Amino acid sequence: MSDTPMVRAVGVRKRFGVNEVLKGIHLEVGHGEVMCVIGPSGSGKSTLLRCINHLEKINAGRLEVDGELVGYAERNGKLHELHDRVVARKRAEIGMVFQHFNLFPHMTVLGNIIEAPCRVKGVPRDQAVAKARSLLAQVGLEGREESYPRQLSGGQQQRVAIARALAMEPKLMLFDEPTSALDPELVGEVLAVMRDLAKSGMTMLVVTHEMGFAREVGDKLVFMDEGVVVEAGAPRDVIATPQHERTRAFLSKVL
Amino acid sequence: MSSEEVAAGAEIKAVPIRHPGRWIAAAVIAVLAAMLVHSFVTNDNFGWSYFSQYGFTAPILHGVAITLELTAAAMAIGIAGGVVLAIMRLSPNPMLSSVSWVYVWLFRGTPVLVQILLWYNLSYLYPHLSLGIPFGPTFVTADTNDVISALTAGILALGLNEAAYMAEIVRAGILSVDAGQSEAAAALGMTRGLVMRRIVLPQSMRVIIPPTGNETISMLKTSALVSTIAVAELLQQTQGIINRTYATVPLLLMASLWYLAMTSILTVGQYYLERHYRRGSGFSGPDQTLPGRLWHAIRYIRPGNEQAALLSTGSEHQR
Repeated sequence: MSDTPMVRAVGVRKRFGVNEVLKGIHLEVGHGEVMCVIGPSGSGKSTLLRCINHLEKINAGRLEVDGELVGYAERNGKLHELHDRVVARKRAEIGMVFQHFNLFPHMTVLGNIIEAPCRVKGVPRDQAVAKARSLLAQVGLEGREESYPRQLSGGQQQRVAIARALAMEPKLMLFDEPTSALDPELVGEVLAVMRDLAKSGMTMLVVTHEMGFAREVGDKLVFMDEGVVVEAGAPRDVIATPQHERTRAFLSKVL
Repeated sequence: MSSEEVAAGAEIKAVPIRHPGRWIAAAVIAVLAAMLVHSFVTNDNFGWSYFSQYGFTAPILHGVAITLELTAAAMAIGIAGGVVLAIMRLSPNPMLSSVSWVYVWLFRGTPVLVQILLWYNLSYLYPHLSLGIPFGPTFVTADTNDVISALTAGILALGLNEAAYMAEIVRAGILSVDAGQSEAAAALGMTRGLVMRRIVLPQSMRVIIPPTGNETISMLKTSALVSTIAVAELLQQTQGIINRTYATVPLLLMASLWYLAMTSILTVGQYYLERHYRRGSGFSGPDQTLPGRLWHAIRYIRPGNEQAALLSTGSEHQR
């Protein structure tokens, strides 16, 4: 099983009305691998991420997570749409971190973290709380259990959001520009948490503009533009010696 | 201000703007108020004696109780129905969504007085109500008039009508919650129902509560309409006394005072509810009416807290 990739996209296409955002994406993320996705805004990076946990439906191609088709079941060569409940169960195995954190403002930090384990997986409350405390320690926020999201800085909120996703013990973590909404001095603390997570062997797909992070932590770097993967490879190679004119043009602006 | 004072960080003591318009308005209103009070005292047609004679008699107190009961029951049906209708309306199921739309169209599009009369006269359309298998055998049958008393008809009519309005209020509340919230919850593996119950509805309360307070106050007064189907609520009871005493205007004024007293209590309750749900969500401007300012000052002027009271009423320069 370990040679099936965690994420496999073959010719994935996604349209919004007449506007085609993904125009045949091919990529593979192996188990324990960290893939960073860069590219100009509107290139389809975030849409790709949202397709992987079926927040968006793809229009063509195949998208698999851990060998299983996303959003469909294949029986006798025919695709059957999955019931909402099955989709939800599959999403529970994939963690997602958003640009704007999207913490639940009416719940405490602790409430945010234990909500899904308790309500979705049926984990007993005291067990979920213990797990939440250790996760908060892991992201450097011990003692903030009773704070409300609005009492925290952006960097702290994003770290809580990471802890919230990890509480579901996901096999794959998706990061959608996790540091883009942060003040520059708060970016580092979030990247540090992500770096530790990568070291622990988590499979991660990270849409980011942080080239330093991509170079040091990423196993693969993908450059997307206008809905296609323009270039992919080892981060150092792509950054140091880009093969495509479009990659070169983009890198010259962000480096 | 001298430059030394500026350097020393002295507080600004500016000459305040004068507001002659406010004084003129105060004078005009004082004269009008005096005329009104004078007429209250000297005009015997107000019949103040009826107030004390009938204001707290058993029939009136009973009427007050029925009015409160009507309001509470109708609002309970309205709120529960409104939440269900709003969730149906926003459901991806086209049948549920359409049914909700038709309901709101029907109940909001016809006069509530007509609806009250129709529910009261339901037995004309359906003399018997029965429980059984559609187009098959029935198990229980009852006379419509036994099942639906005048009070029940009133509660049903007011409640089902209110549900249509509450549906729109709840829908607006649900739509006011950032889409990122449902998305984050869905990404955690929560089902649609769970997302609605645990994440979206609690956050929509901030938007839903204030207009619901309004609706409750409005319902308290609208409930007077069921006097048309002889429910013994406040107005009906008052009319009963009017029929005996012919003191129409004094007794209607007395009933109005009762309504005013009840809505005043609800208004105070609404103030606290709104303040509670507005917490942490930006602007909450001070009430500029005189009672509002007075109330605020009374609440906040305590030893050591004068500054806060003055700052928040914003009235320190107007004395």
